[in-house]
Amino acid sequence: MISRRDFIKYSLQGIAAIAVPVTAIEIINPSKLFASKDAREIRWGFLVDTGKCVGCGFCVKACKNENEIPYDINASRTWVERYVLTKDGRVLADSPRAGRDGFITGRIELGQGKYQDIKNEDIEKAFFVPKLCNQCENPPCVQVCPVGATYQTKDGVVLVDRKWCIGCGYCIMACPYGVRFFHPVYHTAEKCNFCYHRITKGLKTACVEACPFGARLIGNINDPNDEVGRIIRTERVSVLKDEFGTKPQVYYRGLSKEVR
Amino acid sequence: MMKSHVWRPLYAVIGIVALILIARVLVVPDSFGVHERGYMYGWYNKADEGFWKKVTVKYKSSDYCKDCHSDKYSSIMQTPHAIIQCENCHGPAMEHPENPARLSIDKSREQCLRCHSRLPYPTSDRAKIRGIDPDKHNPGIECVACHNPHKPSLEGVK
Ligand code: HEC
Ligand code: HEC
Ligand code: HEC
Ligand code: HEC
Repeated sequence: MISRRDFIKYSLQGIAAIAVPVTAIEIINPSKLFASKDAREIRWGFLVDTGKCVGCGFCVKACKNENEIPYDINASRTWVERYVLTKDGRVLADSPRAGRDGFITGRIELGQGKYQDIKNEDIEKAFFVPKLCNQCENPPCVQVCPVGATYQTKDGVVLVDRKWCIGCGYCIMACPYGVRFFHPVYHTAEKCNFCYHRITKGLKTACVEACPFGARLIGNINDPNDEVGRIIRTERVSVLKDEFGTKPQVYYRGLSKEVR
Repeated sequence: MMKSHVWRPLYAVIGIVALILIARVLVVPDSFGVHERGYMYGWYNKADEGFWKKVTVKYKSSDYCKDCHSDKYSSIMQTPHAIIQCENCHGPAMEHPENPARLSIDKSREQCLRCHSRLPYPTSDRAKIRGIDPDKHNPGIECVACHNPHKPSLEGVK
């Protein structure tokens, strides 16, 4: 007669024997995690100059067309926010239709069909902030994916595997920057991927190409001679929500503390 | 000696686990596994990178138009509108002129107002673009009825 104690012991050993071979082959390699920065090894990064952005929205238009995001839904892989700070301390922000059609009136969209007029003389600061996926060095969206459907490539871009995604939406909740949404056709998680099909062919992203004012730049941040790599090294830049520890790789010039 | 009512469920469990493992081998592609950054960031199907690299490029950039529409190209390049990509106003060229044979022409006022609707924002370059008030500047008439988008100079504008 086997004792209860032995039964539990053998069962656990049995389970461990089955489980070990599956996991043993897949162990994290810390030396790879902290690979030294080699200029020849590409790490894509992005630089946004908020002063140069005029809010024309051509970047959003181009992004939607290039990446086959249905034109008339509100969701977009990239979008442009407008911030208006008034002299009496109010902070107003909007992004009508993700900024796809630009900003052609001074009225701020408050949502639910409501608008607010701001007199020009009441404005203290006002500017546009383009947003897109930060391709974080430590992407929380990738951490939370239960099925390995979203991942980071060697050159730093976070992609979504549409065949593997089960549509649970964890990644959408996990992203502190709100860049993810469900693709209305594929019903899988969708996000900006720096136009991976373009950058891997030596082209610029559709939004960078479309921007008439040079407010958006893409480059290899490992390379000090690359424009983006150089500016990040030598000028004052900041990132969004640094305190989250996600290490975003979209850098901003001229951010204001009101930008969230 | 252990009784069979103890062994039977155990066999069942082992059977189920074995089935799951066999199914996994059949369903999961070889390229699925732990890659560069370990479990936390690198657990995925490597072959999927190929899917994203294969997406068709739709925007060709203005250089592509240079030879066939040299009149428009050389005209706009001498104006402040040189910075605007042709495809921003005419749509992605993809396989043009095979398909579509002609690109779209957006003559709407909204297209020009993206930049020219005056917003005197003190901390944005938007304020530096010469703007008009769309409600006062010839409302109801297309901008291109008076202005040439490829040569926006005000000389000779009625
Ligand atoms: C290989 C030559 C070629 C290239 C390259 C080309 N086009 Fe065209 N395009 C044509 C031809 C041919 C037509 C048809 C003209 C016609 O039917 O009158 C056309 C028509 C057009 C029209 C419509 C004209 C109209 O009167 O309706 C536009 C707009 C246009 N092209 C813009 C562009 C832009 C922008 C680019 C660059 C992104 C470009 N094309 C690149 C050959 C070219
Ligand atoms: C600011 C927006 C804008 C930009 C930038 C622009 N176009 Fe146009 N284009 C227009 C508009 C609007 C018309 C229609 C003009 C009209 O009907 O008077 C037009 C007409 C055309 C036509 C056909 C009509 C004709 O007169 O033959 C061609 C071809 C064309 N554009 C090519 C180009 C090319 C090539 C470029 C880039 C070098 C370019 N456009 C840049 C707005 C633009
Ligand atoms: C992407 C932004 C943008 C768009 C869209 C745009 N423009 Fe412009 N436009 C500019 C800039 C920048 C200038 C030069 C700066 C200035 O002097 O205001 C300019 C200058 C002008 C000028 C003055 C030119 C001069 O030499 O005095 C006119 C007129 C003009 N644009 C008309 C138009 C029309 C009409 C359209 C629509 C077909 C249009 N623009 C679309 C950015 C734009
Ligand atoms: C009926 C003809 C007509 C139409 C339509 C028209 N404009 Fe003008 N526009 C003019 C004339 C004439 C001038 C030069 C005199 C002036 O400043 O009013 C001008 C001047 C401008 C200037 C230069 C302003 C400055 O301060 O130097 C811009 C920019 C401009 N227009 C943009 C537009 C845009 C954008 C549209 C469409 C929303 C448009 N125009 C529609 C006739 C027109």
